[in-house]
Amino acid sequence: MYGWIWRRLPGGTASKAAIALVLVLAVVALLLFVVFPWVEPRLPFNDVTVDQ
Amino acid sequence: MTDADPDRDLGLDRTQRWERVPDLAPARHRAPEPDVEWDQDDAEQDDAEQDAAPGRRRDPLWQVLARGVGELLVTAGLIVLLFVVYEVYVTDFLNGRQQNQLTDQIHQQWDDAPAPTATPVAPPVGDPLAVLHIPRLGADYARVVLEGTDEDQLSQGPGHYVGTALPGQPGNLALAGHRVGKGSPFLDADKLRPGDPIVVETADSWFVYRVLGDPATGDYTTDPSGIPGQQIVRPTDVAVISPTPGGAAAGAPTGSYLTLTTCHPKYSARQRLIVHAVLDGGPISKADAPDGPPALTEG
Repeated sequence: MYGWIWRRLPGGTASKAAIALVLVLAVVALLLFVVFPWVEPRLPFNDVTVDQ
Repeated sequence: MTDADPDRDLGLDRTQRWERVPDLAPARHRAPEPDVEWDQDDAEQDDAEQDAAPGRRRDPLWQVLARGVGELLVTAGLIVLLFVVYEVYVTDFLNGRQQNQLTDQIHQQWDDAPAPTATPVAPPVGDPLAVLHIPRLGADYARVVLEGTDEDQLSQGPGHYVGTALPGQPGNLALAGHRVGKGSPFLDADKLRPGDPIVVETADSWFVYRVLGDPATGDYTTDPSGIPGQQIVRPTDVAVISPTPGGAAAGAPTGSYLTLTTCHPKYSARQRLIVHAVLDGGPISKADAPDGPPALTEG
């Protein structure tokens, strides 16, 4: 999977590495600011209230 | 004679020189592809690839699959780790900014407030209600409490159970807060000792509550009312936020209490950590103590 992506990135090693870094950061940002805030209320670890 | 070259003695060099080394066939023609049949499309795609990287040979299917699964598993592990980082650090960071905004908002609200009414009214759900100061959790510990205990509110700060008493009123001022993440307002709620002040700041007054129990021995269970200063209960035990903690939900209040609820143990939602405190003296007017009551600088 990663090898497949790597071979499809254009340019030489430096260019590939730079693009890969940008891709990784984009995925991390997507997870932190979109996916996790959405998924979090659906997970059970955060109940702090007492209720029925 | 062991020399194998019969021309040696003749001094002849019969080595032939070629004009140039004949071209080697391109890699894909040389290397047989035993596994083309299982994925014809991919093999064709790979032709372009192999022009760029001659000599690369397709691995057998099971290797490709095993590598793919391995990479997916490692990726899943990294995502879970990232989620932990998010819960423990990133939500704290986001919450800090929200608390700053809320602090501005509540001070603005207090500055604009009309003369305090005789019977205080709870703000709409989601609005800031009061500021909570707990010196034991840090000299500068101050969190804006919001009305309501949905995740919307709790992600911004401690939440006030709708319908429970307001600061200073008889009954039970019940607050829920996150233990880990979201600013971790009640991370160290278990460190509160009997007698520790919990100060609630409203528009015009300070209310000092003290954790129940014996400050001398640290025993939480000495209060004559039978209400412990700290207890760990099941998540369904709603009696802890009753007007009299532990009493009936619709029962009459026997005093002015404050209750904190948070999850227990840390990082888990299996149980609830409960802290009960009782109002110590009347309201202290902000006009008399603009910087807070002496209890704020205790501990």
